[in-house]
Amino acid sequence: MIFVLLAASCRSAAAFSLFLDDPCTVTDFPALCRGTIKGQRNVNAATDVAIAELMKRTRQARDIAKKELKVLDGGVSTCLSNFNSAFDNLDKALKNIKEGDQYDLLNENVKKCQYAVRGELYLRASELQKEGKKIIFTNVGNPHALGQKPLTFPRQVVALCQAPFLLDDPNVGMLFPADAIARAKHYLSLTSGGLGAYSDSRGLPGVRKEVAEFIQRRDGYPSDPELIFLTDGASKGVMQILNCVIRGEGDGILVPVPQYPLYSATISLLGGSLVPYYLDESENWGLDVNNLRQSVAQARSQGISVRAMVIINPGNPTGQCLSEANLKEILKFCYNEKLVLLGDEVYQQNIYQDERPFISSKKVLMDMGSPFSKGVQLVSFHTVSKGYWGECGQRGGYFEMTNIPPRVVEEIYKVASIALSPNVSAQIFMGLMVSPPKPGDISYDQFARESKGILESLRRRAKIMTDGFNSCKNVVCNFTEGAMYSFPQIRLPPGALQAAKQAGKVPDVFYCLKLLEATGISTVPGSGFGQKEGVFHLRTTILPAEEEMPEIMDSFKKFNDEFMAQYDNGFGYSRM
Amino acid sequence: MRRFVIGQAKNLIDQTRRRPPQPHHHNNLRLLSLLRPSASDSTAVYSPRLFSSSSSSDMPGSDSSTSSLPVTLDSINPKVLKCEYAVRGEIVSIAQRLQDDLKTNKDAYPFDEIIYCNIGNPQSLGQQPITFFREVLALCSHTALLDESATHGLFSSDSIDRAWKILDQIPGKATGAYSHSQGIKGLRDAIAAGIEARDGFPADPNDIFMTDGASPGVHMMMQLLISSEKDGILCPIPQYPLYSASIALHGGSLVPYYLDEASGWGLEISELKKQLEDAKSKGITVRALAVINPGNPTGQVLSEENQRDIVDFCKKEGLVLLADEVYQENVYVPDKKFHSFKKVARSMGYGEKDISLVSFQSISKGYYGECGKRGGYMEVTGFTSDVREQIYKVASVNLCSNISGQILASLVMSPPKPGDDSYDSYIAEKEGILSSLATRAKTLEEALNKLEGVTCNRAEGAMYLFPCITLPQKAIAAAEAAKTAPDAFYCKRLLNATGIVVVPGSGFRQVPGTWHFRCTILPQEDKIPAIVNRLTEFHKSFMNEFRD
Repeated sequence: MIFVLLAASCRSAAAFSLFLDDPCTVTDFPALCRGTIKGQRNVNAATDVAIAELMKRTRQARDIAKKELKVLDGGVSTCLSNFNSAFDNLDKALKNIKEGDQYDLLNENVKKCQYAVRGELYLRASELQKEGKKIIFTNVGNPHALGQKPLTFPRQVVALCQAPFLLDDPNVGMLFPADAIARAKHYLSLTSGGLGAYSDSRGLPGVRKEVAEFIQRRDGYPSDPELIFLTDGASKGVMQILNCVIRGEGDGILVPVPQYPLYSATISLLGGSLVPYYLDESENWGLDVNNLRQSVAQARSQGISVRAMVIINPGNPTGQCLSEANLKEILKFCYNEKLVLLGDEVYQQNIYQDERPFISSKKVLMDMGSPFSKGVQLVSFHTVSKGYWGECGQRGGYFEMTNIPPRVVEEIYKVASIALSPNVSAQIFMGLMVSPPKPGDISYDQFARESKGILESLRRRAKIMTDGFNSCKNVVCNFTEGAMYSFPQIRLPPGALQAAKQAGKVPDVFYCLKLLEATGISTVPGSGFGQKEGVFHLRTTILPAEEEMPEIMDSFKKFNDEFMAQYDNGFGYSRM
Repeated sequence: MRRFVIGQAKNLIDQTRRRPPQPHHHNNLRLLSLLRPSASDSTAVYSPRLFSSSSSSDMPGSDSSTSSLPVTLDSINPKVLKCEYAVRGEIVSIAQRLQDDLKTNKDAYPFDEIIYCNIGNPQSLGQQPITFFREVLALCSHTALLDESATHGLFSSDSIDRAWKILDQIPGKATGAYSHSQGIKGLRDAIAAGIEARDGFPADPNDIFMTDGASPGVHMMMQLLISSEKDGILCPIPQYPLYSASIALHGGSLVPYYLDEASGWGLEISELKKQLEDAKSKGITVRALAVINPGNPTGQVLSEENQRDIVDFCKKEGLVLLADEVYQENVYVPDKKFHSFKKVARSMGYGEKDISLVSFQSISKGYYGECGKRGGYMEVTGFTSDVREQIYKVASVNLCSNISGQILASLVMSPPKPGDDSYDSYIAEKEGILSSLATRAKTLEEALNKLEGVTCNRAEGAMYLFPCITLPQKAIAAAEAAKTAPDAFYCKRLLNATGIVVVPGSGFRQVPGTWHFRCTILPQEDKIPAIVNRLTEFHKSFMNEFRD
């Protein structure tokens, strides 16, 4: 009896479909099986029932055996212990079925999604840190974590908004300058209930107005606060917009490769298709419209309807700044191909050269005039996490929509309203970012000194870093024109590729892990951002403190040159 | 024999492991669709068209001027179109317009202000934040204050100590940095200790995922559990529309179970069983049971016995229990107490391996009501490590939740203790708010029960009353003529006559043919008599106009 049941349950589990009208048809003893599993259609559940039944009966058999064979000689006790190990194994089988079930049933899109910035390297780095090793985290653009001090004025204003009762204290002036006090009162007056009340789901109207004024000053074209939504960081905004655009896997989004993995992760979570276009490393990560055409044509030939295009300007992880001419081409392309352009412009303050200052997609679009200015749909994103602010932990951002029909805006509003509202203190940070102290304000000098200090230092660090990489054997790195990252190419010798293969690692992951173990520098392998096949990179931020920079680059060089010496057997390299 | 049994068991294990990653879904779908040719017309598949007049009837066909654009109403994600969120729906839009108009046109209206009773947003209605919490937050926002001697004159000594303690837990004392995607470890330690103190059972900080309010946590779990409309989530009706909206956005099926209004919005296990079977027969795999305790919008507090039955039900049926416990501090009646589902499960002897349980908590509710901070957490227990990794991955795509929300969540779970400098003022503030909420709940409930054709269960907890209104046929006919749901019709009239904003019951779903509205108990106590008067007068004139 026991064997029969077990065989039945095994056979049913062996059928590779979890749901059957009658799982027992695949067993050798269907009638017995049916009697046991009582109508279960899920094979796992049926097996579960069968095993439980089997355990019950085995237990009974053991008890009977115990009773009948009163003399516990060697043979009987072996038999009993055999019973016991059978229980153990059955228990394990049950557990396995249950665990398998839980994971198997998860949303496939979730399982598919990858997010490298906090992946294997980051986890290993965290482990090493716990073991007491000094880790230099250059994996995330997280300036304050690497010692950048927050700007004083905005922190003063937000502290006052956090504790509004201070504003009534006669001694408040001992701790806060008058313009911070005035500004705190201003922002509190824009809220309905201070930082503790939900705001409008699109953000405080008063702050959205300040954002619109900022955009108008920046671009020279009017901006409508009704088309600006504040968000908990730019990532949330990107997710909201992509959620609106992507209907299924037939919808494709053009994404630069290398790209910031937020895009690949979100597209995969939403079940859409990522359509890659390659940036040209030899042209300083330039964006070639011919490449775009090819990518779109190829996707369309596969039945994918390409609906939107992402640009990251300045580039992440590639650090290039797009020229006005290039942006024009892109906008024309979007017009012709009917694509929504998602302009990730979160690094617009982070520019480290003078030939190509930041120019917004919106300005270029408006400059182009009819029919483009009315015919291209554009959503641009900004944040308080980057720039010289670096207020990542606040989770503040906004997006501005251009040429999006009012009814679609309403739908986006509706979805935003399910999350109730973005956090209010970050909204105030955003207000302060777009309307910082002006010349003549009490805090102006300090604010200007602090922000200039950070930007100039970042510019110097960008140079130290790219120069440092370019001085290393088999490493080539484009200059970081903007953003917060260097993305050097590591030309791995065949010996290293071989060793990586043996270790079961992607070659750049292998290299980055070795780098981490040897120097404590935590980077992100290029494979997390996408790269051409056979070419390997890593991404570091340029954010470590300036005084530590030379030492970091020295230790990188030492590691790299030793690594290359170890694996270079003189047979050439991975392709440039 | 031994070898045989062990061998078979091993085979079984191997086969379970070797199962290809996703065959069952396709097979499952195909097979189930054979069983039931069209699942989309199932009554269990929630089709939320609440304010048909406003959004659905005129939806198809976008403006001709925009039809050449890539993104129009016709071409956006249909799941986005499908989801509804009534708490901020049409009535609120009307209210906002009225509010704007009131500024310039005061004499045109029979009221001088709009009173928002539509949303649990206490501080927008004048509730003051807890001083200690805000002191700590201010100090953490501008850490330079901690070095100033004048600070000791303006801040309580324990808030300064606490701020130091929190800063020491943040790597580099950097409150402006992204944190661990689950939240700052030290703050999670404090939360776990708070849960342990609450429940008397251990809590693991690695089980805590901090989120921007409770809603993103609910979204994350829905995203994880729902693959298609074949995946169902059991939700209470009436329910907080976050659930219906989130399920719609992720393309799943809402499997309703009705709360019994006659027994004070009781949750019957027999009803759960019935709805589960019904869903199964429609080919839906029910993945989870959502329970809101204390209830929103219904305000009931579950008894421990009822909770035990629910836990057993989930265990037996293999359902994930999604426990929305954001109102855990809001209990107003002496005969009821809040028990967390985790405590109930653990006290039944069920551990990690017995039940998958997610408990949601928020800093937006309770006596603190810090909605604008967007802080909260979910405690995730009873999941295998591979599933946990997936939750972590999804959390990491959004980097982390906001730090001041994280700090506040830790404060809420570890408030001042007896002997601390702020303890007395903290307790006075907390008790003041909670006892006032209890008074307001009672006053409003009594007033509502006095109205013709209105019955209202008591608000044992949470922040809402959900009265049932028997509408005269004439009113229903008038609503139909105005192409609006009868309860929405009533609520619009109420708004236009009194400036009071409430949410029609249809936004939460209700037993067909019954009509309700949700009204928060949050207006400040001194405003309650005026609200009662206006409401009573309005109701009388409404009934006079429409009485059959």
